[in-house]
Amino acid sequence: MSKAERIGGNVASYVDDRTGAAKWLRKNLTKVFPDHWSFMLGEIVLYSFIILLLSGTFLTFWFDPSQRDVIYQGSYEPLKNIEMSASYASTLHISFDVRGGLLMRQIHHWAALIFMAGMIAHLMRVFFTGAFRKPREANWLIGIGLVTLGIVEGFLGYSLPDDLLSGTGIRIAEAIIQALPVVGTYLSFFAFGGAFPGHVFIPRIFTVHVLLLPGIFLALITIHLMLVWYQKHTQYPGPGRTEKNVVGYPLMPIYMAKAGGFFFIVFGITAFLGAVASINPIWLYGPYNPGQISAGSQPDFYMGWLDGLVRMAPPIETHAFGHTISWNILIPGLIIPGVLFTLMALYPFIESWMTGDKSEHHLLDRPRNNPNRTALGAMSLAFMLVILINGGNDVIATHFDLTINQIMWFTRIGVLVIPPITFVIAKRICLSLQRADREKVLHGRETGRLVMLPHGEFIEVHEELTPAQKFTLTQHEQGTALEVPNVDTNGVLNPQGLKGKLRARFSQAHVEQISAPTETEAKALEGGHH
Amino acid sequence: MSNEIQKFQDPGLPEHVHRKTDVDPKAADRAERQVAILFVLSAVFTVVAIYAYIFIPDDLFFFLPVMGDTNAHQLLLGIGMAFALLFIGLGLVHWAKTLMPDTEVIAERHEFRSPEEDRADFVRTVKEQAGAAGLGRRSLIKRTLGLALGISALTPLVMLRDLGPLPKKELEKTSWKKGTRLVTDPGDRPIRPEDLEVGAVAQVLPELAEGQERTLADIGKDAVLLIRLRPTEFQLDAERLSWTHDGIIAFSKICSHMGCAVALYEQQTKHLLCPCHQSTFDVTRAAKVIFGPAARPLPQLAITVDQEGYLVAQQPFTESVGPSYWERSS
Repeated sequence: MSKAERIGGNVASYVDDRTGAAKWLRKNLTKVFPDHWSFMLGEIVLYSFIILLLSGTFLTFWFDPSQRDVIYQGSYEPLKNIEMSASYASTLHISFDVRGGLLMRQIHHWAALIFMAGMIAHLMRVFFTGAFRKPREANWLIGIGLVTLGIVEGFLGYSLPDDLLSGTGIRIAEAIIQALPVVGTYLSFFAFGGAFPGHVFIPRIFTVHVLLLPGIFLALITIHLMLVWYQKHTQYPGPGRTEKNVVGYPLMPIYMAKAGGFFFIVFGITAFLGAVASINPIWLYGPYNPGQISAGSQPDFYMGWLDGLVRMAPPIETHAFGHTISWNILIPGLIIPGVLFTLMALYPFIESWMTGDKSEHHLLDRPRNNPNRTALGAMSLAFMLVILINGGNDVIATHFDLTINQIMWFTRIGVLVIPPITFVIAKRICLSLQRADREKVLHGRETGRLVMLPHGEFIEVHEELTPAQKFTLTQHEQGTALEVPNVDTNGVLNPQGLKGKLRARFSQAHVEQISAPTETEAKALEGGHH
Repeated sequence: MSNEIQKFQDPGLPEHVHRKTDVDPKAADRAERQVAILFVLSAVFTVVAIYAYIFIPDDLFFFLPVMGDTNAHQLLLGIGMAFALLFIGLGLVHWAKTLMPDTEVIAERHEFRSPEEDRADFVRTVKEQAGAAGLGRRSLIKRTLGLALGISALTPLVMLRDLGPLPKKELEKTSWKKGTRLVTDPGDRPIRPEDLEVGAVAQVLPELAEGQERTLADIGKDAVLLIRLRPTEFQLDAERLSWTHDGIIAFSKICSHMGCAVALYEQQTKHLLCPCHQSTFDVTRAAKVIFGPAARPLPQLAITVDQEGYLVAQQPFTESVGPSYWERSS
């Protein structure tokens, strides 16, 4: 018995003596997780959250979340003797007079961007593979909650330094609050302790940024992971993989080493970015002053789409009965984002309503095998991309020598036209890929090897797929459209009315597929050939 | 022969292929050495980071291609930290991939749905307990509990009341009054018309009375942009024209859309552009919106000169400046 084994054994019995958890621990330490690169995306989010907690704690040791006026006396010459808020001055102090302070600030900001980008990538993976289906709807909802809060947390975070750029962002947020009918002006005065910008906002959002939201994140992430643990991870289809099993490697030791190692890799890459790539150089912007602004004002990318929507809104305001409703703010700033996020949150339930599918799913879909869902996802991404482009219209205009007006009109029209076109194209591509799969299964893989037959004819050699490959390409479910009867038992037409009709149409669109080849077909073909 | 359609069968988990490190002890030893080298490299970079922290002055810059002038302290501290972390990670992953067992294991899934019997039992229990509590029958209790819970949520809401004062007429007011001098920002110097050449722009604020302080909230409402054109270039009605002085026109600098500072002036086209959302205002036509999401022109400040020849306001703004709000009447 080696030393490691002896120590391990002693630890195990020590723990069990005190908890009686031997059985539970044994089961869970050898828990099986399937392996695939796309399962790492969520891990990246988890690790950047830990990096955010660590680097953020470091920053709080010097950051002074206060809007009292101070005269800057630090080592950054261009801003010496300038009046500014204590939060801006302390951010300068962290950047120039605390060793490693700038590094930590940049790591914190990069980690926040990776956190958001990772969440979006993870969400896309879950969506396009259908991992949100029963029984994982709750985890999907938690995920949507995390993305939403992540946007808020990021916005509050980059607002804390109280520089000219972030102050402008808060000014816009204030205008959105103020635009709310009836209560807007009151909410704004309560939030800012009076007229904008006031002296209380930074300390207030500081508490929310470092205590309230991280606490909620911690709770939601814990539940998210516990559910993954309890429900077991989904897996991609393949030989030996079924709805009833999980094929993969045990947690101990291989995943502990791999996942632990991956944490260090993510941290290392974030630290590398923090070391070499300047981000949010607040000393260039100067302290916030509502009478000043810099050209090319841009939010972080996860807010850019929202800004793009606001930019493309038509100039509509209603003035009636002594009141004003700013549709140009409410529609792009609150109503459309609200509808988008609600639809996204409800999607698992919408899909199950469309298909009538109430069964459990643990095998993932290859995106091509669910053309309608994939097309819906592509359509949503196209929408987001178009409005994100408009969010950067000023920067794009100067870089590509265009006018802002051209980009604005392109995106105003594009936001209505491009998503439906994307839907159609994405669906066609999926169906074509299915056809290609079918071709491959029935006629083999094109090897690119040309052979001249004795009578001079050239043919390309096709190589038959292995049984494992054939199975992988044909195992997916082939749904059938819901039958919505248009006459009920009493002979009355359309018992479910419009809703039923709609459901039948959706269901039909959702099951549109190229039929997967079967062994029977393959045999028939063989018989025909030879 | 049956006519049933047969799908391709699952051939089962493919046979496990051994890695080189599983079968060749030399390869395994090599992998072990590689992992060890990665860990040692990590330790070396930690030393680099600590060395940089202590010994490299934080104002030492040197030139690097692509990156330009670079702070040596920041760069080496960061690089040291980054690679120290990265090599730990790479070492662990390499260890896991080459030396730890890589046999795929199959675990069975349990169905989440309980056996019918347990389910029925559970549903019955819930029903019985709900019934026993009288939730169905004692509707008075149910309703009053709903009332109590609902109304108790008001306390925390009410307790947030002291977050700030009531808006009252605050958003309608600015510091501009009849006769208030326009002073430069920054500098606080009064301006004469001849200080501004045709085509020039200046940001101004209302002059402060003796001992008065200017807050950011004041600037957020008072900031005004002065622009001088040739008087013939205006296309204004008689009243608005009388608000200008000798080709000088004054607008609130706070965007009527979302309150950003409208600071970009195109001298040739005489357009004002807000950098936040690209609302564009035509200076010659009283800041009429000609592009973008803003729905209202920028409020115009009526100006003239006082006896000493300095620019002053004729009257306060005739409408609220800044973004719209519910109580705004026009």
